[in-house]
Amino acid sequence: MVAANKEMSHEAAANDRVMFGFWVYLMTDLLMFTVLFAVYAVLHGNTAGGPSGRELFSLPLALTETLILLTSSLTCGIGMIAARRGSKKQVLVWFSITFVLGLAFFGLEMKEFAEFIHEGHTLQSSAFLSSFFTLVGTHGLHIISGLLWIVITLAFVLKRGLNPHMIRKLGLLSLYWHFLDIVWIFIFTVVYLMAFV
Amino acid sequence: MKELLIGKLGWESLPHEWFTIGAAVTFIAMGLVVALVITRLKRWKWLWKEWLTSVDPKKIGIMYFIVAGLMLLRGGLDAIMIWVQQALSTGSSQGFLTADHFQQIFTAHGNIMVFFVAMGFVSGLINYIVPLQIGARDLASPFLNTLGFWLYVAGVIMVNMFFLLGGEYAATGWLGVAPLSGREFSPGVGVDYMIWSLQISGIGTTLGAINFIMTILRMRAPGMTLKKMPLFTWGSLCSMIMAVTVFPLLTATLFLLFFDRYFGTHFFTTTAGGDPMMYTNLIWMWGHPEVYILMLPSFGIFSEVVSTFSRKRIASYTSNVVGMIGVSLFALSVWLHHFFTMGAGANVNAFFGLMTMVIAIPTTVLVFTWIATMYRGRIRFTTPMLWFLGFVGLFSVGGMTGVLLAVPPADFQLHNSLFLVAHFHTMVIGGVLFGIFAGIAYWFPKIAGIRLNERIGKYAFWCWLIGFLMAFTPLYVLGIMGATRRLNHYDASTGWRPFFIMALVGGIIIMVGVALQFVQIIASFIQRRQLIDVTGDPWDGPSLEWSTASPPPSYNFTVIPQVASRDAYWEMKQQGLPEHTFEDIHMPKNTASGIYISVFAFLAGFGFVWNIVWLIIASILGIIICVIARTFNEETEYTLTAEEVEKLESARIKRALAAHASKDEGSAGDMGLLEFVQVVIKWALDVVKSKRWRSW
Repeated sequence: MVAANKEMSHEAAANDRVMFGFWVYLMTDLLMFTVLFAVYAVLHGNTAGGPSGRELFSLPLALTETLILLTSSLTCGIGMIAARRGSKKQVLVWFSITFVLGLAFFGLEMKEFAEFIHEGHTLQSSAFLSSFFTLVGTHGLHIISGLLWIVITLAFVLKRGLNPHMIRKLGLLSLYWHFLDIVWIFIFTVVYLMAFV
Repeated sequence: MKELLIGKLGWESLPHEWFTIGAAVTFIAMGLVVALVITRLKRWKWLWKEWLTSVDPKKIGIMYFIVAGLMLLRGGLDAIMIWVQQALSTGSSQGFLTADHFQQIFTAHGNIMVFFVAMGFVSGLINYIVPLQIGARDLASPFLNTLGFWLYVAGVIMVNMFFLLGGEYAATGWLGVAPLSGREFSPGVGVDYMIWSLQISGIGTTLGAINFIMTILRMRAPGMTLKKMPLFTWGSLCSMIMAVTVFPLLTATLFLLFFDRYFGTHFFTTTAGGDPMMYTNLIWMWGHPEVYILMLPSFGIFSEVVSTFSRKRIASYTSNVVGMIGVSLFALSVWLHHFFTMGAGANVNAFFGLMTMVIAIPTTVLVFTWIATMYRGRIRFTTPMLWFLGFVGLFSVGGMTGVLLAVPPADFQLHNSLFLVAHFHTMVIGGVLFGIFAGIAYWFPKIAGIRLNERIGKYAFWCWLIGFLMAFTPLYVLGIMGATRRLNHYDASTGWRPFFIMALVGGIIIMVGVALQFVQIIASFIQRRQLIDVTGDPWDGPSLEWSTASPPPSYNFTVIPQVASRDAYWEMKQQGLPEHTFEDIHMPKNTASGIYISVFAFLAGFGFVWNIVWLIIASILGIIICVIARTFNEETEYTLTAEEVEKLESARIKRALAAHASKDEGSAGDMGLLEFVQVVIKWALDVVKSKRWRSW
């Protein structure tokens, strides 16, 4: 690795470091989610007389969300292939689709939250709901950050074109987006599917 | 309207007790004096450009030392107040502190010493030394490093903020254990200050740790494989890997506690299905490894010190590294020993008790590698070596009491007693702090270009060691006699008072030691002509940091060294040093983004403490904008051409030669204490007589 470093150009070595550092960052983020998952696992039965997950959740909705997010990961991947090929137009198109899908996912999530709150099941109702809202909401917050990131990156792609710097940025962005997808798969399993087991 | 503008703030949140007023006045006065001096000397621009916005890890390291040194005094003052209170407050006397105030003091003492003193010094040493040891010119991400430092500073300010606004700190103990730290039992802002201070500095630590992992794993000099890395770098790597593993847990846990307090959720409450015991688990999953995060760099420092001053390679490098890795791994699976009494059941307790005892094995391996290194070595009893010897003794005692506490039945007796307090102070002072002091004494010539005054350094060491033994041995005894920790008053019939008085005397001796350390640094600067080191290698050191100038140039090395073996510089000195050539060097540009983001982070935290919604929103927007501006800034580097480097180098050599020529050989030996006092008095008289003070 060290020997390889020597042969790499200054720029390539910097790229390699940033990629590696971003992976480490994602692992720290994952550990934060681990805590939230653990807390949910401990508290999901503590409904304090209120409704349980089985009574609240709608599986079709959760499945729709999952499919939307998975598709957005696919479009994000295709966008990255376009970026490597240097096609600015395709990058813009595919990442815009990713953005729209991400926004749709976030909309559905908010719709679910709004319904629960409307029915009087809030963050304060029970330990179960506190942990549910926090776990899913934290994922939602990450999605919103990702959406913001997509918008800003695309704006800079429009302005500066697809230079190596931008391709690196898009690479980080797609890594982040896939990461959110993986976390969601766990949420879908642990929170939604397991409620009906 | 008022609620909207300033949240819960009001007249009543201004300081109105003697200690908050006193501290507020002191802080403001100190700030004014510093500002006045800088204005007088016209150094604002210099300060901003050369230091505050610098991304040079060496400068950031020094800034860490300064802040951590100040916090050592602040935390030490808390310690003295605790000791005095406990020596006074028996029988009919209630001492000089109220119960509530006493609780705030030991909480602040714990938070400050762990987060801002120990972490600060450790980060400072890692910043300064690791890049030099691995032959790198800068860090993988210089920006993350300044950001980490400034978030740490924001945490420092937040932890002291209650003096100016709020008038109370958390009274919950340093971990803020639930449900005591919940809204119901701690309605004031004290716990919020604690949460945000730890949260902000903790995020800084995570970012800094990511950066150092990148740096150590990706930027070592060519030829330096992992198995040829200096041991301090190994210790730092283990420590940083642990930091990225557990600091996210702290961040998440503190967020949950904050949700409980701010949004009324039920994670750790006693109602609606909350589980306070989960908080204890989560916080100790971070809290126990945290001790080792502090300890591992110290282990590395001791390895360097022992090897250098025994003039021998470390005995069994591999065992040492495996020992450190073993400590890191086991440290992640022992957290439950902090609460055997919580009732997890016999089997769970037995598992964690055994795991805790197992940790003694890798640590013992480490101790034996150091002792074996000394065996038949040519030992020089310098100050760093003294710190090491003091450490070995204390660490063994601390380790043995630790094994004792790891036995669950014994722990049921000793839990939350002063025995425990004595145990962890033995580890944190004897292990971490002595390691830090050894490191500072060892690397000071590299950092400042002058050696430290050895004589006063040795006085300081003996004060620390004797003071420590006097202060904490009685606590072991008291613990066995049944004294619980955090007592602000005890019955006269217990007969504990003589022990508490002895502890106070010990504490005062430690304070003398601290004062002597500051005197030592000042005396060394007064004596700089005799103590100057132009070789860059005053101890005949083994690793690469000694191969460059002291203090090193901003680019560390003119030529990146080629490493062929462990103890690379010893090897080079025997094989002949490489030729000096010059090449273009890429250097990171200074940036103020880290400062701006930290200011916004501080303001957001402040907004959360006081419920000021507009401030929170504005600050978070500010952070986002700063991050975007920084991320999409593509011009973060500049190039020093080979000619410029050559010019800088020849200027430096000229300066070094001039300094060497003027080196005052006449008065050999280090300045003693008496001499120091004489010099200071003479200087003060000079100033008064010549009326130089008027020009200030």
